[in-house]
Amino acid sequence: MSIRSLLRALGLLAVGLFFLFPLFWVLMMSFMTNADILRSPPSLIFEPTVSNYTSLLSGSLASQVGTLNVDYVQNLMNSFILAAGSVVLSLLLAVPAAYAFARFRFRGGENMAFTILSFKFAPPLLVLIPLLGYFRQIGLTDSYIGLIWVYQLITLPLVLWIVRGYFEDISEDVEYAYRLDGHSWWETFTRIALPLARPGIASAGLLAFIFAWNNFIFALVLGSSRVQPVTVGALNFVTASGIQYGQIAAALVLSILPTLAVALYAQRFLVQGLSLGAVKG
Amino acid sequence: MVANASTAARANRGRGSVAYRRAIPYLLSLPALLVTIGVLIPFVTAVVYSLQRYNLAFPQGRAYIWFDNYLQLAMSADFWHTVAVTLIYTLATVGVEMVLGLAVALLLQKRTVINDVMSVALVLPLMVAPAIASLMWKLMTNTQFGIMNYLLTVVGIQHFGWATDPNTAMFTVVLVDVWVFTPFFSILLLAGLRGLPSGPFEAAELDGVPRSFVFFRVTLPMLMPYILTAALFRMFDSIQQFDIPYAMTQGGPGDALMVFQVRAYLEAFTYTNLGKSAAILMVLWAITYFLSQVMIKRWLAMREKAHGAA
Repeated sequence: MSIRSLLRALGLLAVGLFFLFPLFWVLMMSFMTNADILRSPPSLIFEPTVSNYTSLLSGSLASQVGTLNVDYVQNLMNSFILAAGSVVLSLLLAVPAAYAFARFRFRGGENMAFTILSFKFAPPLLVLIPLLGYFRQIGLTDSYIGLIWVYQLITLPLVLWIVRGYFEDISEDVEYAYRLDGHSWWETFTRIALPLARPGIASAGLLAFIFAWNNFIFALVLGSSRVQPVTVGALNFVTASGIQYGQIAAALVLSILPTLAVALYAQRFLVQGLSLGAVKG
Repeated sequence: MVANASTAARANRGRGSVAYRRAIPYLLSLPALLVTIGVLIPFVTAVVYSLQRYNLAFPQGRAYIWFDNYLQLAMSADFWHTVAVTLIYTLATVGVEMVLGLAVALLLQKRTVINDVMSVALVLPLMVAPAIASLMWKLMTNTQFGIMNYLLTVVGIQHFGWATDPNTAMFTVVLVDVWVFTPFFSILLLAGLRGLPSGPFEAAELDGVPRSFVFFRVTLPMLMPYILTAALFRMFDSIQQFDIPYAMTQGGPGDALMVFQVRAYLEAFTYTNLGKSAAILMVLWAITYFLSQVMIKRWLAMREKAHGAA
């Protein structure tokens, strides 16, 4: 029995190390000077500095080959605008649709739901490459609206299928009783169904935010440098010559902090959304 | 009686006309459908591209060549290399994540404080963008100063090349994928494990049935639907994976990490050969479409079960 619990403890330690150490180490690196990072053997005893962050946020990076202007703050802003905009649009479009699919049996309903779902499974580039041609013609590459529209391919099916599952789990009897009281379906939808499905809508919205924030390929192909999010910005940054490693680490930390904060804050919602999204739909 | 009649009348007014009532679900769902269906236009365009000789460098040479792009792919060693690399990536990531994810879920099954803290911590890698995770590991596996190489020298392994060596590049990107997505399996399977009825397990314990027997004959079969759903989900992502290999090495070194979407991306943007790129993507689409049909069937069955139980 004691051997079993020892093995269990070792297993837990290994799991914890494997999944948390990379986050920990990159966080540490972000507070190191280049000299500290290049030291061999690596050491956790170093004088922490915030200079990586300050130079990143001020936008001019001192590197071995001179000063480099990097607008990483703009990348962060873009990520916020794109992710928040996508989620808001998805909620506006998908929540009513989810209600329709959950409550009404109507001709073509199931087909529509699956058509929307199937977009989740197409290879993104198949759509993005031709889309780039159209975007260039109508000048959408330089706008948030174009990207937010394309982001609906990820966020809309997600919201639709999670929220639909929640609506289906709400008993119809409550709504029916309210309807019998003389209220319209719209009142029933807004006053009964929506409040009851609020946890589902919240977890779908949070998951959609994270998926949109973490997206890389859409903006890589379609976005001009002015509207590109942190995922693309960080890659440009890494491949730029002469960048200091601590600054890269700081950039990576800044790019994952928002999603980690959301995850820790709303952990239960997320796990629920993930499991429902997969198991229940 | 009077009150009842007036309630009924109000209810009728509330419901509106029959035509209006029929239109409601369409009105509610149409905007969502329209926004996504706009994507069908570029899809059709991609089909057309794939049937053309279309290179942005020679726009005047653009013409229909029908299935020539596909035939050229079928006869090109590079394309079959891409198929092989994608297959290895997919099998390795899904396989490792499935086994490791199950092991972690079993480890965390009991509700203790440590396990609860750990299952919160597990969500964190899943929240990191795959592209960013790739860059994180690139920093850690840097051959000059990376912490990973230092740790390897401690256990006696020298000069491990990670993503810079064609022989270990695949291992490196699979490792990143495993780091990000194993928690996906763990979270789903943990929810599955904790939702299992306790009866069979108590009975087995009372009868002194060996743990391994219980695991293979009771736990595993009952978890199977969860495992398969999670595996199918991950398979889609792995087969179409772009972010991790692209952020790590842009498909290199050489063509070690040229999975489908990376090759299609380079074909379109480095070689400006839109026709060939579209053909590669159409092949990928055909594969994922086939898989999605299988998956949707499974998924529907599970939905039915989940709702039946609720």
